[in-house]
Amino acid sequence: MSVTTSNTPNGINGSPHAPVVHAEHLGLTFKTNDGDLVALSDVNLVIEKGEFVSFIGPSGCGKTTFLRTIADLQKPTSGTLTVNGQSAEEARRARAYGYVFQAAALYPWRSIEKNVALPLEIMGYSAAEQAERIKRTLDLVNLSGFEKKYPWQLSGGMQQRASIARALSFDADLLLMDEPFGALDEIVRDHLNSELLKLWERTQKTICFVTHSIPEAVYLSTKIVVMSPRPGRVTDIIESTLPRERPLDIRESPEFLAIAARVRDGLRASHSYEEDA
Amino acid sequence: MADYFGRVLPILTIVLALLVFWYGAAIFMNAPAQERANLRAGLGEIPFSEFVAQTWAQDKPILPAPHQVVAEVLSASFGIEPTNKRSLVYHAWITLSTTLLGFGLGTVLGIALAVFITHNDAADRSLMPWIIASQTIPILAVAPMVVVGLGAVGLTGLIPKALTSMYLSFFPVVVGMVKGLRSPESIQLDLMRTYDANPWQVFWKLRWPASMPILFASMKVGIAISLIGAVVAELSNVAGGGLGVRLLNGSIYGQTIQIWAALFFAAALAAVLVMIVGAAERGINRRMGEMA
Repeated sequence: MSVTTSNTPNGINGSPHAPVVHAEHLGLTFKTNDGDLVALSDVNLVIEKGEFVSFIGPSGCGKTTFLRTIADLQKPTSGTLTVNGQSAEEARRARAYGYVFQAAALYPWRSIEKNVALPLEIMGYSAAEQAERIKRTLDLVNLSGFEKKYPWQLSGGMQQRASIARALSFDADLLLMDEPFGALDEIVRDHLNSELLKLWERTQKTICFVTHSIPEAVYLSTKIVVMSPRPGRVTDIIESTLPRERPLDIRESPEFLAIAARVRDGLRASHSYEEDA
Repeated sequence: MADYFGRVLPILTIVLALLVFWYGAAIFMNAPAQERANLRAGLGEIPFSEFVAQTWAQDKPILPAPHQVVAEVLSASFGIEPTNKRSLVYHAWITLSTTLLGFGLGTVLGIALAVFITHNDAADRSLMPWIIASQTIPILAVAPMVVVGLGAVGLTGLIPKALTSMYLSFFPVVVGMVKGLRSPESIQLDLMRTYDANPWQVFWKLRWPASMPILFASMKVGIAISLIGAVVAELSNVAGGGLGVRLLNGSIYGQTIQIWAALFFAAALAAVLVMIVGAAERGINRRMGEMA
């Protein structure tokens, strides 16, 4: 269990030049009553500052597990993992990342502003600073004017935007997003995707984004990590050639379609493996 | 307006049906005694309507008619100074103070045990069976032991009776709160972990607010059985007074009207107490942004 804390690649805690995420031969095996379940096997990945990395693959490929491992919500059982040059646990304790879950997970008894204030209260920000950050992050996700509303008064898309504001409020440089728009309809999703790109451009954050939508992954990412199941592993890493500035109609360009085809090939390869087995 | 009638009409219908049934039952149950009395008094054949009126106006009926009970409640509460020992208000006040003290102690004890159990696996396994076992013992057996036992060591008056109330009312609170404090979903707990929140913060910002609905549901049950605990405990301390003593005296002296009056007073008291808890619940719900 303590494998990750020692033996870090650079051996320096919080080194400024360390990659944001560095996984080497990372493995995670769940012990279940039916025997061992290999969720992650030999994952090697480097994520540099300012990248937008998507993880795509069929269910059971370990993409969410990998994200949870970065967040120290799950402990790897082999290999090494550093976040900002520290162990994942140290990074979590340093509040190095904001996490956006599949569901908005807003606390129903708190108004939107109080939900955004939750991490700020826990981290001990002053009342004045809380107010300033609530205003700024709700502005950033276009939810100004909804401060006093309660979660049930907002649509699913707005709730998820509020949960993104909550993850941004304490200014972590790394944003971990686990299929944040998976439960939303396509129109809302398109809209939030382009907003997310603008937000990434404005805040210069590093974003790890789990999805099972090929267009979403290609549209958003600077790097696409294709994963396959049983055991969960990385089968392809695609560096996007698209410019950082991306209007929605870039999705009809030949360049976009070529990257999407390569992602699809990667996914198909893992599927034929499944059918043969 | 239509909505108001829609809610009140069914209740009134039931009340009316109960009254009809009650008056009918009073005739039926009091008839034998009335026939014997009329025979002794040498009254021959009397009209049925008059006979019915007689069964509804006995001094010590087997089943008093509703208007007799209402008259007794009114005369025993408004007709007598509340400081008089024959006043229902005097006895109701004793029962009420016992109930409230016991309920307060029971709620605090229930919450404390629930917090301990949810934060300690060993406590969960070792305490929970005893808590459940405590409620399998009839309160009628526990109350005299507590009241008489504590009286022997010099503790008399309100406290021993309140402890009996506490013994009953802590149970729904501890069972409810264990469930309530464990009700946050794993995603809500994970969120706290990503903020590196300490256990204290997880408790006050997540577990405690998440358990509010169950706390109030448990407290409604708790305050009603707290009153029952108080009444039962009063049976073991006749000198102390209370609605329980009125019930006991009524049954010793065959004063059925007095029994029913005390019974109704106790029921009304319980209803008011439950309503007060319900009002507090609605107030908290509004502050917690629940849908109107």
